[in-house]
Amino acid sequence: MSGKPKLYYFDGRGKMESIRWLLAAAGVEFEEEFLETREQYEKLLQGGSLLFQQVPMVEIDGMRMVQTRAILSYLAAKYNLYGKDLKERALIDMYVGGTDDLMGFILMFPFLSAEDKEKQCAFIVQKATSRYFPVYEKVLKDHGQDFLVGNNFSWADVHLLEAILMVEEKKSDVLSGFPQLQAFKARISSIPTIKKFLEPGSQRKPVPDDKYVETVRRVLRMYYDLKAN
Amino acid sequence: MSGKPKLHYFNGRGRMEPIRWLLAAAGVEFEESYLEKKEDLTKLQKDGSLLFQQVPMVEIDGMKLVQTRAIANYIATKYNLYGKDLKERALIDMYVEGMFDLNELLMSYGFQPADKKEQHFANMVDKATNRYFPVFEKVLKEHGKDFLVGNQLSRADVQLLEIILMAEECKPDILAKFPLLQSFKARISNIPTIKKFLQPGSQRKPPIREEDVPKVMKIFY
Repeated sequence: MSGKPKLYYFDGRGKMESIRWLLAAAGVEFEEEFLETREQYEKLLQGGSLLFQQVPMVEIDGMRMVQTRAILSYLAAKYNLYGKDLKERALIDMYVGGTDDLMGFILMFPFLSAEDKEKQCAFIVQKATSRYFPVYEKVLKDHGQDFLVGNNFSWADVHLLEAILMVEEKKSDVLSGFPQLQAFKARISSIPTIKKFLEPGSQRKPVPDDKYVETVRRVLRMYYDLKAN
Repeated sequence: MSGKPKLHYFNGRGRMEPIRWLLAAAGVEFEESYLEKKEDLTKLQKDGSLLFQQVPMVEIDGMKLVQTRAIANYIATKYNLYGKDLKERALIDMYVEGMFDLNELLMSYGFQPADKKEQHFANMVDKATNRYFPVFEKVLKEHGKDFLVGNQLSRADVQLLEIILMAEECKPDILAKFPLLQSFKARISNIPTIKKFLQPGSQRKPPIREEDVPKVMKIFY
């Protein structure tokens, strides 16, 4: 074992992307094994590596961790990105819950029918600008600090930047009513570990395309369309 | 302020029920404020009490906590139901997240339209008996202790008992193939705080009745 965390997932964003972001933000090198065939997935299943038969799965510190939130919480705590006490952790958990819900709407997007995609896009932008972005804009405005929680870089900041960039891919001027978030985006993007992750050639994955959707459907035998919100 | 946590939700299980279980298991008294009509939700939204305009919301220690996981994490840590170190927390989180997924299926059954109910039921039973229960049966077998993680009661145990009971409401013999889960159920049900919560008159909520579904939907939609 190399000692580096090893990620098992498709060669694409999906539920693993937030984990890649957090590892990258913490400056932790990681390896990846990409699921391309049904056989690979069945091999993992038969080997007992997937506790609930699902990916993401991350091999780290002698564990085979599954469940995205469990993995993210572990990484955040291990790499000191989870606040300094219980109250800061509560704030981080709340903020991450919001960005998780928002990114959840985008996560299903590639698997929608063409007709539902248009509806969902509008839904995503509407929720981002009326429910989620105003919250983080206000948090930053009210305390006037560089980071969302406790004047220190945390998981909440990484997750929010990820969410902002994903929504901007749907509507490039979506931050136009949110000056605090614009400054936040610029500021967090220039943190060296994050800047590196945002450069071409990093392990950050691109916007999901048809090939990604085909691979997921094939490996998971998921041949139905998801429903829009 | 009474000092007791105050729960804001409708008078039913939904996403608040795991929180009620945790507080009860920890022996913490709590108050509840029920949303009965849309105006009740709107009022909370307008006075800035709901960070993302949603419930569950729990007033606790001067905070208005939202997001089910954030609330549950806070309560579990505060009342020492989250393991003794980072590795135990990782195990607890993995187990609890799996239970969360099963809980979503169980909890949403009552809200399914008539033509989707049968399929949903079949999926629920399949996931419970083929994906989730075998995992926890195996954990208990290999760990060989009274609790799922480490050597003390944690939120994983509380949450597992909760979903076992919910699953049994759907299919009474659902634990037939899981002897260790059966003895786990008996054991955890006997813990005094939990035993009390399982008695009539506690703040535990019953499953949603079909006739109440439209009323709940009206609050949120």
